Amino acid sequence: MADKIATRAAYGEAIVALAQEYPELVVLDADLASATMTKKFSQTYPDRFFDMGIAECNMVGVAAGLAACGKKPFVNSFAMFSAGRAFEQVRNSVAYPHLNVKVVGSHGGLSVGEDGATHQCCEDMALMRSIPGMVVCCPCDGNEMTAAVKAFLDYDGPAYLRMCRLATENVTDRIPGYKFELGKGVTLREGNDVTIIAVGLMVMEALKAADMLASEGIHARVIDMHTVKPLDTELVKKAAQETGCIVTSEEHSIIGGLGEAVCAYLSEHCPVPVLRHGVEDTFGRSGKAPLVLEHYGLTAEKLAEKARQAIKLKK
Amino acid sequence: MDMKEQKVLALTAAKARSLAMDEVYTAGAGHIGGSLSITDVLTTLYFRIMKVDPKNPKDPDRDRFVLSKGHTTPALYAVLALRGFFPEEELKLFRSIKGHLSGHPDMVHVPGVDMSTGSLGQGISAAVGMALAGKVDKKDYRVYAALGDGEIEEGQVWEAAMAAAKYHLDNLCAVVDVNGLQIDGSTADVMPSEPLDQKFAAFNWNVIKVDGHDLAAIAAAFEAAAAHKGQPTVILAKTTKGKGVSFMENDAGWHGKAPNEEQYAKAHEELAARIAELEVE
Repeated sequence: MADKIATRAAYGEAIVALAQEYPELVVLDADLASATMTKKFSQTYPDRFFDMGIAECNMVGVAAGLAACGKKPFVNSFAMFSAGRAFEQVRNSVAYPHLNVKVVGSHGGLSVGEDGATHQCCEDMALMRSIPGMVVCCPCDGNEMTAAVKAFLDYDGPAYLRMCRLATENVTDRIPGYKFELGKGVTLREGNDVTIIAVGLMVMEALKAADMLASEGIHARVIDMHTVKPLDTELVKKAAQETGCIVTSEEHSIIGGLGEAVCAYLSEHCPVPVLRHGVEDTFGRSGKAPLVLEHYGLTAEKLAEKARQAIKLKK
Repeated sequence: MDMKEQKVLALTAAKARSLAMDEVYTAGAGHIGGSLSITDVLTTLYFRIMKVDPKNPKDPDRDRFVLSKGHTTPALYAVLALRGFFPEEELKLFRSIKGHLSGHPDMVHVPGVDMSTGSLGQGISAAVGMALAGKVDKKDYRVYAALGDGEIEEGQVWEAAMAAAKYHLDNLCAVVDVNGLQIDGSTADVMPSEPLDQKFAAFNWNVIKVDGHDLAAIAAAFEAAAAHKGQPTVILAKTTKGKGVSFMENDAGWHGKAPNEEQYAKAHEELAARIAELEVE
């Protein structure tokens, strides 16, 4: 089995590794450096790290000011606080003037586990996606995260980077010719009966679901849609045309995230049945992360079931 | 500052007030009360204190200004136009769909605007970020920010105040336009914020109190702020909301209202008389 690494751990390594190449990179945190994995950066580049204390709104505003002076700030907190609490600062101080601030939301989704609903942010991608001009990205593994951090540094504009708490297996490093490009989904597995479009933690489950379906003779295509905005509409349309039905999967509310983005696009351009797999319109609860995910149906089994249902809906 | 320069500055401020009034009247909307209270501070900054070049508004070494009380664009735009950042003619399109001069400052489209603001409490954080960037890059530009005394009710202002003190941002100078009024009435009634001097001092800021309509005193306060090392400075500028227009002074009702034709005529008359008076002197 491949090594497991949390995307936030890969992120913490990547910002250190890229710091020399990108002298304008600065990192801000809100008293969570050990959890968001910016600790190593703070120790390696203390002059380029700013702990703003438990004050996320100010942190985002300070980052806007740094960006207005040519810096490339990454602001870090749990998704609940960087995208949630500081939403309006991201909208008005960062995105409206199109400043080059990278908002990082660690601990996105239910896999936060024990902390419970107050810290399990399942709305962050919906919030960030609704802001004009925001890029929204959620890599599925450490390998992809490393590439995403570099792509974020090369992209001049506001962007949101989501990561989860759990360690995941690297899957993208096994894909021949894998290349990360913001706004371009990656087909991880070919198939023509149904397409599963997944993001983040659920990409792993999508691959497992595809294995289960294969044993029944169902060939599921699996797309890793690391960038939820801008959506790779070309790839989505092609999947709809070639497989006739879609299942989206995300560790996020089914409201406002990847599922709705895919539904909105396809309903206007290539209507086919689309089922959304994700967190229903509900709050999470405390528990060990895998058990919480299971409780809310974020498993390969439930995803495979959605795929079977989607196929039945095909004309 | 000698008397001659004081007079020139006073005349510029008088012109800025008149232009601000024209903007609000033409647009039929805008925040005139707080524009008139902050005009003397803005005029002093742009015509005496700040190192800026209207021909090179994005110069990385320039001094920066953030209008954290972003609704008082009529005064800011008037001062920027007088300083030469864009033609005065454009002020006629304030708040118009045909122009770029939004109700609140927009750094993308308006030359001379260093930060997009308008949502209260946010501008001061951006100013802290700019000052922090200056420290990181070892540059000697200074950063100025103007806040309203109603605005400081936003908790983010105090988050920013803590951060500025933590990083010893002596290249940052905030001004609070203490006109004592906000939309719903007096700040003392809506949300008492005094003693502001003690609050900022407790947040480890250098505090200077000044008459916000005494141009020489304002300039001296900015100079003292620049000379103060190790701490950010806040200038508490005691002002009169609606300053310069008799029937607007100290009336919260003129926070965000445009004058009607008759009111405009009266206001224009008073402001024009002040300009004429200064031109004669």
